[in-house]
Amino acid sequence: MEDTIAAISTAQGVGAISIIRVSGPEAIQIVSKIFSNKKFYDAPSHTIHYGYIMDGDEKIDEVLVTIMRSPKTFTKEDIVEINAHGGIMTTDKILELLLVNGCRLAEPGEFTKRAFLNGRIDLTEAEGVMDLINSKTDISRKIALNQVGGKVSNMISRLRDELAGIIANIEVNIDYPEYEDIEEMTIEKINSNLSELEDKIDKILKESKNGEVLTHGIKTVIIGKPNVGKSSLLNRLIGEDKAIVTDIRGTTRDSVEATLRVDNLILNLIDTAGIRKTDDVVESIGVDKSLKLIDEADLILFVVNYNEKLSDEDLVILDRLKGKNYITIVNKTDLEKKIDDDKLSNVVYVSALNDKNIDEIGNKIKKLFNLEKIETTDLTYLTSARSQSILRKVLGSVKAVRKGIEENYPIDMVEIDLKDIWNLLGEIIGESYDEELLDQLFSRFCVGK
Amino acid sequence: MEYEVIVVGGGHAGCEAALACARMGHKTLLVTGNINNIADMPCNPSIGGSAKGIVVREIDALGGEMGNNADKSLLQIKMLNTAKGPAVRSLRAQADKITYPKNMLKTLEITDNLDIKEALVKDVLTFNNKVSGVLLESGKEIKAKAVILTTGTYMNADIMVGDTRHREGPHGERPSNYLSDNLAKKGFIIKRLKTGTPPRIARDSIDFSKAKREDGDKIYHTFSFNNEPMYDIDKQVPCYLIYTNDETHKIIRDNLNKSSMYGGLSDIKGVGPRYCPSIEDKIVRFSDKERHQLFLEPESLFYDDIYLQGFSTSMPYDVQEKMVHSLTGLENAKILKYAYAIEYDAIYPTQLKFNLETKLIENLFTAGQINGTSGYEEAACQGLMAGINACLKLEGKEPFILRRDEAYIGVLIDDLITKGIRDPYRLLTSRAEYRLLLRTDNADLRLREYGHKFGLVSDEKYERFLNKKENIEKATIEFKEKRLTPKNNEYLESLGTKPLRDGISLYDLLRRPEIKIDDLIKFLDNDYSSEVLEQVSISAKYEGYINKALHEAEKLKSLENKKIPENIDYDAMHNLASEAKQKLKEVRPLTIGQAMRISGVNPADISILTMYMKRG
Repeated sequence: MEDTIAAISTAQGVGAISIIRVSGPEAIQIVSKIFSNKKFYDAPSHTIHYGYIMDGDEKIDEVLVTIMRSPKTFTKEDIVEINAHGGIMTTDKILELLLVNGCRLAEPGEFTKRAFLNGRIDLTEAEGVMDLINSKTDISRKIALNQVGGKVSNMISRLRDELAGIIANIEVNIDYPEYEDIEEMTIEKINSNLSELEDKIDKILKESKNGEVLTHGIKTVIIGKPNVGKSSLLNRLIGEDKAIVTDIRGTTRDSVEATLRVDNLILNLIDTAGIRKTDDVVESIGVDKSLKLIDEADLILFVVNYNEKLSDEDLVILDRLKGKNYITIVNKTDLEKKIDDDKLSNVVYVSALNDKNIDEIGNKIKKLFNLEKIETTDLTYLTSARSQSILRKVLGSVKAVRKGIEENYPIDMVEIDLKDIWNLLGEIIGESYDEELLDQLFSRFCVGK
Repeated sequence: MEYEVIVVGGGHAGCEAALACARMGHKTLLVTGNINNIADMPCNPSIGGSAKGIVVREIDALGGEMGNNADKSLLQIKMLNTAKGPAVRSLRAQADKITYPKNMLKTLEITDNLDIKEALVKDVLTFNNKVSGVLLESGKEIKAKAVILTTGTYMNADIMVGDTRHREGPHGERPSNYLSDNLAKKGFIIKRLKTGTPPRIARDSIDFSKAKREDGDKIYHTFSFNNEPMYDIDKQVPCYLIYTNDETHKIIRDNLNKSSMYGGLSDIKGVGPRYCPSIEDKIVRFSDKERHQLFLEPESLFYDDIYLQGFSTSMPYDVQEKMVHSLTGLENAKILKYAYAIEYDAIYPTQLKFNLETKLIENLFTAGQINGTSGYEEAACQGLMAGINACLKLEGKEPFILRRDEAYIGVLIDDLITKGIRDPYRLLTSRAEYRLLLRTDNADLRLREYGHKFGLVSDEKYERFLNKKENIEKATIEFKEKRLTPKNNEYLESLGTKPLRDGISLYDLLRRPEIKIDDLIKFLDNDYSSEVLEQVSISAKYEGYINKALHEAEKLKSLENKKIPENIDYDAMHNLASEAKQKLKEVRPLTIGQAMRISGVNPADISILTMYMKRG
């Protein structure tokens, strides 16, 4: 852990400048070896210095170098950031010089990892930083920023404090049974407190799901018979901003093939083959394949033709769509209406050809995922899968408490699950067990001989 | 005269330590400042209480004396928390302050291998950082291979009342004036602690008719697994409940600056216990509370003192008079002994190993209040453990360490040496993560085996225990094999439970909350004792929860199996937070599990530690 790491912190190849970040005990020393401005080495923290990156006598680039001394930095270590001119060649050369002079190439996320390990940020915050780095839209950036700022931690802390109150009350009843004037924590009170907790967690989970949708995107599939206009629809959705459709074949998201932005929404398209290729090829994609895709996706855009009656295949697909998030896009409204649309729901009528009503698709998706609210309200969602899975465990323990209560188990048994919940909530914010509960006990209750 | 073990101090820790060593066959000397004060109860007249009562059972299971001695000296006894579940039940007794010490002294005197000497110890003698004996204040040296310090509140003890401070032990006893300074010279970190005791009131000056009477249980209990009850259930002595009032609070507020702790004395260093606040503390910290509970507890059948539980104070005598007289029923009360606060020296417990041996000096053990704990039971169990471990050390055997999932004793010792202390440490059920496993009913099942192995539990008692264990197994099998059918529905409905459609085993039927085990014994072929039936009942009814606790305990074990190399260099781990580094160097945890419990060591520090260990 004591080595010094370096990496190019900006996206490669684009932008007017690129930033190379160096963190670790030798950061300042190593950079000073390749930097022309010799005053830099002894410079005060949080100052910027002008000069050249040198390879021996050769000037590589004209740069601004920021020096930030431990501990008031992102990683709590010494950090140096080199603002270089953006070309890939130059940036790579500078990084190479740093590596030659004693840096190690940082692993993905290693700066954040160090920030976490050095106690600069807690786990949810670390996850927030990762989300921030990966954020693709304005809203997801806002969510990530909130997580970095500890807003999520605060919310979990509040829930946990409430629970600590209940537990401390039970404990004091057990450890000081002779104190008759201390409120007895009864099953009824636990129950009412619990349903409050359950509601709150339910809400966080629901909203987190939406938050997740915003930061990580919606797994989307476009299906429909040949010749209904899927590919032209796709082109309309992409609009002018072609750069945003990126082939990310072979990355970790197994079936995602393209990422598409509609307003502030990220749609991760799965199985684009059927859309991109000519409609002839699409002939080969039958109903079976479509049904399989429906099961895989979070959002289905089901495209039908305004100019045709619904086929038997369409009806099979419609049946399978029940209970799923889907939008029926009736395309080709520029033609004569032949469709029996009384069987359809969640419908948007568009004409891909005339670019008519395409915006409505985005609005419909937002409504579907309840995202309209998110843009305006507080953005406090748990975007990481880890936090969400812990919260689901919390709900499991809440159920266990309820079951215990229902089956008349004594309070010392039921409390086991309460403590479980308390610990799980602590896990989300990475807080360790210490004397917190006892402190609660003695600060809330006046007991003792 | 040369001894194998010298125990310094004759309180609850000292008695257990001395008895354990002598019973394990080692020539032992108990040195005490005053033989008449052996096993004295200088504060509350009770043994047990929540969690503490379970510790007394554990002491008994291991072959210690406290439970047996308490059974002989009861004024009143009850089971606490009966409605809150089996895991938190605990016995609490009022013990007679005259009989209890007398009975203990008798036991000490008839024990082989054990001598008692009245003297004060000035220093621990060492050679090459290993114990060689003790030096008495008289200048005499006594040789020994191991020394166990159980000095209670006597090291540099100061009694504080109002603006006065006197160098003396509890109730005017001679304090130990040199020992802690000499320990400091050897490199021990000494911590100043504080505690207090309430006034004692003359019984016949109290109007009990104005107080609420609190009786003992109407069923028999014993602390010891082997004793038959030695008291008469109908002759138990009652306690009484009263409350403070506005008048009391006003007197305290008006005189607050006269209390030693609130300005009366300016040189207070001792940290008082959170769980045992003085009445001044209660009124200052909980100013919105209109009244506080107080208990009137009898101290003995042989004298008149009534202990005013909940009213410990360091106010001057004249204010104490006013405070006491403001209480309902105590308008004309006569104070026999005034309350006082006491400051004393303890050694900071992270300086100890798991076997209660000091890290600095080999074969030097410490137990009880010197380790920063409070309470007779906490002291006694440490005395027992230190005694056992001193013997094992002399015999060249592995130390005896109880895990947190095995005994409250394990929780206590691990807490002390891993977390250190802020204020005097009291056991609480909430400190035990696996308290469902650490019940009052199963202390023998958890620990009897050990007690027998060390020779502290006689073969005869052990036979009885094995017999009980066998019967539990037999009964469990019978409950699982015997089945009821819809033919029994009439009886079942009379018990208020759902009728059967198919056959069901007695064991499964017992899981129903409304079914009590006594409802089912008529279907059994064999007779079982109530303690055997209790085990079957608890296992059946709480199986799911118990399994959960066992599962958690397994996780603990796996963390405890991750050993940290003894010579690990925390300074080489640059990224450890400085607080964590300092704590890790101080405690030097043996396992990752222990490291995780150190306060100030965060999960991030543990990640760094494990990464470092992996990298080697």
